[in-house]
Amino acid sequence: MARTRGPSRRDLVGGASLGVALLATGVKTAHAQASSDESFEQAERAILSGRTPKAAGVEIVMPQLSENGNSVDITVTVASPMTAEDHVRRVHILAEKNPFPRVATFHLTPRAGRAEVSTRMRLATTQEIVVIAETSRGELLRAQREMIVILGACVDGG
Amino acid sequence: MATIAARITMPETAKKGEIIEIRLLVRHPMERGIDAQGAVSVRRQILHTFRVRYAGEEVFHMDLSTGIAANPYIAFTTTAVETGEITFEWVEDGGAVYQRSAMLTVT
Repeated sequence: MARTRGPSRRDLVGGASLGVALLATGVKTAHAQASSDESFEQAERAILSGRTPKAAGVEIVMPQLSENGNSVDITVTVASPMTAEDHVRRVHILAEKNPFPRVATFHLTPRAGRAEVSTRMRLATTQEIVVIAETSRGELLRAQREMIVILGACVDGG
Repeated sequence: MATIAARITMPETAKKGEIIEIRLLVRHPMERGIDAQGAVSVRRQILHTFRVRYAGEEVFHMDLSTGIAANPYIAFTTTAVETGEITFEWVEDGGAVYQRSAMLTVT
């Protein structure tokens, strides 16, 4: 037999896969540090705080698909008279699979005239975008849409 | 208070009661902070708050996160109430405050 010294081919293959497994664990740990302590479900529960949202009144305008997750346009329009008695107080944008699920919160006043806001998001991957609007009457309105992201915003290690 | 490179798009004049749209694009890297293995650690440095004051009142504010794209773009609306300055304020991690303003003439 020629197996007198050095590791066998089987040892090498086994060792290599163990190495890959360790590397994968390491990456996962680092990723966990670079993400929010609050999960998407926790963030949504905190905003709703026991209340049930209505699936109405909120319109999300986004492209069908985004080639680059580093900059994704979003416009949110909420049907509201925006008067002192009845207006949208807050608009939350949540991204289900982002390391930090709370993307942005807009605080509006009756002086806005219309409940319509826009910004550009970073998205890690294809995921659901959830928008929750809180009105001055304590009502919650919710909308959800899937966003397909071809190249996520996290590939460069950030 | 420091100034910041920003592109402010809004009408110069408006009729009283008219709803105007204000769009802002500001130059900022929105550094989300790198904490990955093998990478040089970089501190998070983003603009975390944006505020708008008009006619002596705060009319809009926004909480931003690392999930907002670099060179953050924000668009919103406001009702023209009186001739005056609209001030825009961005607060950065570390406490730096950047300010810009624009004049709106109400007829």
